[in-house]
Amino acid sequence: MVGYIESLTDPSYSGQILSLTYPLIGNYGVPDKNIIDEFGIPKYFESEKIQPKGLVFHALSSVASHGSCVKTVDEWLYEEKIPGIYGIDTRELTKIIRQKGVMMGVLTVSDKPIDKIDFRKIINVEYYNTKNFMSAVSSNVVKIYGKTENKVLVLLDTGTKYSIIRHLLRIGFKVVQVPWDSTYEKILTYNPVGVIISNGPGDPKMCKPTIETAKKLIDISIPTLGICLGNQILALAGGADTYKLKYGHRGQNKSCINEENSLSYITSQNHGYGIDPLSLTSTDFQPWFYNPDDKTIEGIIHKDKPIIAVQFHPEASPGPNDCNYIFDKFKEIVNLNMREKLPNK
Amino acid sequence: MVYLLPITKEYVSKILEIERPDSIMLSFGGQTALNCGTTLFKDGILNKYGTKVLGTPIEGIERTEDRQLFKEAMEKSNVPVLPSSPSYSVEDAIKVAKNIGYPVIVRVAYTLGGKGGGVAHNEYELQEIVHRGISLSMSKQVLIEKYVGHWKQIEYEVMRDHIGNNIIVCNMENVLAMKVHTGDNIVVAPSQTLNNFEYHMLRSAAMRATSECGIIGECNIQFGLDPTSEDYCAIEINARLSRSSALASKATGYPLAYMAAKLGLGYTLDELINKVTKKTTALFEPSLDYIVVKMPRWDFNKFENVNTRLGTTMKSVGEVMAIGRTFEEAIQKAVRMCDTGKIGIVGNNSLDEKAIQELENIEYSLLNPNDNILSDLVKAIYSGMTIERINELSSIDPWFLNKIKNIVDMEKKFKKSSNNFQKHIILEAKKLGFSDQQLAYYLNLDEDQMRHLRKTFGVQPVIKQIDTLAAESPAQTNYLYLTYGGDYDDVKIKKKGKNAIVLGAGPYRIGSSVEFDWGTVNMVMGLKNNGINEVSLINCNPETVSTDFDVSDRLYFEEITLERVMDIYEKEDSDGIITCVGGQTANNLTQRLAKNGVKIIGTSSSDVDKAEDREKFGKLLDSLKIRQPPWRKFTNLAEAKTFSESVQYPVLVRPSYVLSGAAMKVVWDDKQLEKFIENATMVSPDHPIVISKFYQDASEIEVDGVGSVDKIIVGSIIEHIDNAGIHSGDAMMCIPPWRLTRSIMDSITDYSNKIVRALNVLGPFNIQFLVKNEEVLVIEANIRASRSMPFVSKYVGVNLIDLAARAMLKKPLPNIDEELWLKTSGFAIKVPQFSFMQLEGADIVLGVEMQSTGEVACFGTSFYDALSKSYIAAGYSLPLRGTSLITIGGQKNKEKLLPVISLMTSMDYKIMATEHTADFFEMKGIKDIQRIYKINEPERKPNIIDLLYQHKIDFIINIPSTSTMEKYLNMLNDEYYIRRKAVEMGIPVMTTFEAASSFIKTLQWLQTNSPTIEPLKKYLKLDY
Repeated sequence: MVGYIESLTDPSYSGQILSLTYPLIGNYGVPDKNIIDEFGIPKYFESEKIQPKGLVFHALSSVASHGSCVKTVDEWLYEEKIPGIYGIDTRELTKIIRQKGVMMGVLTVSDKPIDKIDFRKIINVEYYNTKNFMSAVSSNVVKIYGKTENKVLVLLDTGTKYSIIRHLLRIGFKVVQVPWDSTYEKILTYNPVGVIISNGPGDPKMCKPTIETAKKLIDISIPTLGICLGNQILALAGGADTYKLKYGHRGQNKSCINEENSLSYITSQNHGYGIDPLSLTSTDFQPWFYNPDDKTIEGIIHKDKPIIAVQFHPEASPGPNDCNYIFDKFKEIVNLNMREKLPNK
Repeated sequence: MVYLLPITKEYVSKILEIERPDSIMLSFGGQTALNCGTTLFKDGILNKYGTKVLGTPIEGIERTEDRQLFKEAMEKSNVPVLPSSPSYSVEDAIKVAKNIGYPVIVRVAYTLGGKGGGVAHNEYELQEIVHRGISLSMSKQVLIEKYVGHWKQIEYEVMRDHIGNNIIVCNMENVLAMKVHTGDNIVVAPSQTLNNFEYHMLRSAAMRATSECGIIGECNIQFGLDPTSEDYCAIEINARLSRSSALASKATGYPLAYMAAKLGLGYTLDELINKVTKKTTALFEPSLDYIVVKMPRWDFNKFENVNTRLGTTMKSVGEVMAIGRTFEEAIQKAVRMCDTGKIGIVGNNSLDEKAIQELENIEYSLLNPNDNILSDLVKAIYSGMTIERINELSSIDPWFLNKIKNIVDMEKKFKKSSNNFQKHIILEAKKLGFSDQQLAYYLNLDEDQMRHLRKTFGVQPVIKQIDTLAAESPAQTNYLYLTYGGDYDDVKIKKKGKNAIVLGAGPYRIGSSVEFDWGTVNMVMGLKNNGINEVSLINCNPETVSTDFDVSDRLYFEEITLERVMDIYEKEDSDGIITCVGGQTANNLTQRLAKNGVKIIGTSSSDVDKAEDREKFGKLLDSLKIRQPPWRKFTNLAEAKTFSESVQYPVLVRPSYVLSGAAMKVVWDDKQLEKFIENATMVSPDHPIVISKFYQDASEIEVDGVGSVDKIIVGSIIEHIDNAGIHSGDAMMCIPPWRLTRSIMDSITDYSNKIVRALNVLGPFNIQFLVKNEEVLVIEANIRASRSMPFVSKYVGVNLIDLAARAMLKKPLPNIDEELWLKTSGFAIKVPQFSFMQLEGADIVLGVEMQSTGEVACFGTSFYDALSKSYIAAGYSLPLRGTSLITIGGQKNKEKLLPVISLMTSMDYKIMATEHTADFFEMKGIKDIQRIYKINEPERKPNIIDLLYQHKIDFIINIPSTSTMEKYLNMLNDEYYIRRKAVEMGIPVMTTFEAASSFIKTLQWLQTNSPTIEPLKKYLKLDY
């Protein structure tokens, strides 16, 4: 219904064809990229470009209506040279994916019935599961946001959304965004009070350098927050295993229950991989959030270190803001940690 | 234990005393129940009996209902509200409004459907509204608030459990912006013009606000959102299940009331199961993969003088919900579902391009929308007005306007070229919601030809499921709709034994309300109990029980049109359709369905036709030697006049073509006949009119029953308390008959049996009779379920629809005592409920056209025991002392009313009367009449208008002269004003002799008796 701009610019969708279940797309068009919020971060976009390889939906609003609208969705796709197709029975497509699981797909134009052999050839060129997307989604330079006098949080960029940066600024820190393969030593040069490992696309096991860095971060007990892919990376670094879900969790309506207080939250989710619960039992992490429907792990917390991670998107955008408080909780953890560390210095 | 009693503090507290329940739920019976519960709490009654309120506690309810507390709660939860201030007087209100700046909106605390509120653009209007508002408010308080009519009106449905989990089940957007009350608005779900930021900004605000108010269960929150900025404000919270909640339940498949009840019992959201998937929890937010359009149904043409302008007071009487995969598809479906004769947004005969009006008129109607707003939008587009300009005037978001323009553009394609017999064009039109009827109109075909052509092209709709999860998880849901926005059916219907389709009743409207839904639901159950393996149901009214997906085996939330019913019939490979429980909408399809080869279950379509076709029915009655009032069909005025004179006026005129206003009228002389025919209708060989003799002072009787292969069961003979001439839907009625002689009852039973046998009725029937001078005449026979069947079934304790289901399947009926209705010990009286308050300007004098919007019924051990409770249930106040205003037109009426007036004086009521009436009664020896002056002579005091405003009049007997029926010629403005003002002030008005007489006799009974308070079952105790 809402959120196609945020989804289309979410780096986690890199390398995928996105099919939208809501049939009417583009109603409010596409706003100006230059609109920024009070923190200087783009208000409506989650990265600088459209991330998925293609877009599939049912009906296009060829005329869009909104105060912020500067172009229509099809104009935007055209500009960014991303193919889109509409007029599709996306409900039927959803059912196929639900039954067969997430699969490789091709968007093609043809007068003739699609040639299966050609189709296979195309698919075999790039296989999603074995591809490393990091060079495509991670910034290869260091970027700094926020007031210089604030304490530093280092954001390990495995394909971060702008909204994560927005929330880190909101809770009052300076953010140093570093490439996905930055070493632990490099991170420490910024003298951070905490580290965030961001969301991102693909199989977490492809992010070997980041996992290595995460291991060391755990060792030194620095406050760390993992989000989505970051959650999986922390789990792997802590000795747990991850696996591919049959069709993943994607949407803005997923409930999660916090094990600590049994309260539930509606979260925004976009993940195709999950943490193996059995493997988690032999690590120092314990489950924090879970999905009440399939009982998958939606967040982990370290038993005695200031390290937390969530599988869902606390930064929302698209989706509900119910879990924005995860950032505030992280701030508390960071502050507490600083206070505890003080006498040692 | 069911109590059929008024929802008032007095009655509910007595029930609490008897039943001593541990707890009470207040949020399921609308505003009536909520107000009643609040009063019970405030008066310490709940405390007295130790009854606990489940769900949202009273403090929470007060926070949402009291404007000041609401404002404070919103400020606390950081949710903006519009500048406003409460007022307790007109003077106060004027000051406040000056501060805020006009226009302002006046809101009245604790009322239903925005009753009594309004928008004031100046001081004059403000005075009027505040005056009325304060008198209606329980707390004598109104709120003056900044008016933001052009803002978007967005609603969220919130579920919240007692530990604080909350979810948003649905959000909705009102197409006609803030300008129009949501009950009268065209509503879409989910919202269409909000972006992610706005959607979630409001969503978060909804959660903060409802948490602050302490909601447990379900509530609805309304926001205004500035279309040009991100400014927003909370307008109100309904801490109860509302019309919007019903809509949200049907729009999403999430059963809000069921879940809210569970939350009230103390469950948490994660403990409950999603009733659609039956696997996942109820703790989720439904995702939709379709768009829902809710369209209100108005019935303004039933009323004289009514103001049709839409605004802050709700005026619609029902609504439909359409589901589609594009807005265009859904809105065109919705227009048809309303069943007002329109076949879509475009393609209606009355709306030709030629009929373009003056630009000024169009602009006015866009600025001040009425029930024709959609047609006005189309006219504006026809006239070449830009979308920007239409948006500026109407405040409708350009997105919706562009979609309507898409429909008009499609129409243009058809109009431009005659060569549109092409598959892709037909398919494109279908995706935009065009019906076969619309396409036939453009292509110069008839509907059947169009259907055939379409099917030859292979253009067919597909069945899609509503599964709450947009197909993400497997769901075995039977909640279905049809669309052209897809290539595959979600479900393949595999026949399991015998199946049948029941047609529901469509939108509530004047003449068809929840009674027919009761019939529909009971028919589904009856068929299931009697050998039909699978029953499918088609209906489109979100307010009904029949559209709960667990009522039938398959629910099609769809149009009840020939095209759609045929589509479903074919997809289902159905064994037959039931058309006799859905009121007129369903019944009217019988003949055309039969012609298309559909098997009609129950009475054969040709026998139904015999009852409906006046000529055939007349012949049948002749052959049975049963009389009916003389009638004839006319194609010219001269013959009509001659006939009317020969049977002697008054006559009842029924045109087959209506230009404006009501369709039926009682006419009193030649001049009036001429005027009516010339102004309101048309008479020609193509459009004949039917004229029948109208009997004055005749009583009207109805029979509800069931015919079967082996016997005929009469549920009851029902006697109207009002005389013939008041539509049966507006008449008070009584079981058993209280004035009929044995021989009359025997004739009625005998005639019923003869007619039912002659028509080979298999299923429900209703026959209406007149009794004049001890002679029984037949008015009409309806071979279908009637409005009174639930009433009768509840009274005799036998479910007539269940019997009808057996009869229709040609099964023998059980042996049931004949004259069951005579053998029950008590009385049951049904009283209509009117909505004149909301229908600004409408005259309340009743006539042959139905005007009531609902009904109540109570049982008693005596006639007045039952009647007194029914009056209270219908909202009458029954003052045991006080003052009555009497104004009566015509000598004959005055004479007739004399005994009633003397009874009143003997009961010590103070009587006020206008000059002529006072003169007459004084002459007849009635003393102490206070003379008062007419509204149109405001300088003469005491004046009626002042007395009304000062609440110095407790009830009014205002009987217009019947012999000339000024109502239809030149209305007596003064009397009309009295009636209107009284309605606006909530004062009972009796407009017929029978109504006045029963009212006074009820008051007399109440002076020495108290109404009985027993559960329904107790009154059913049979004598034998």
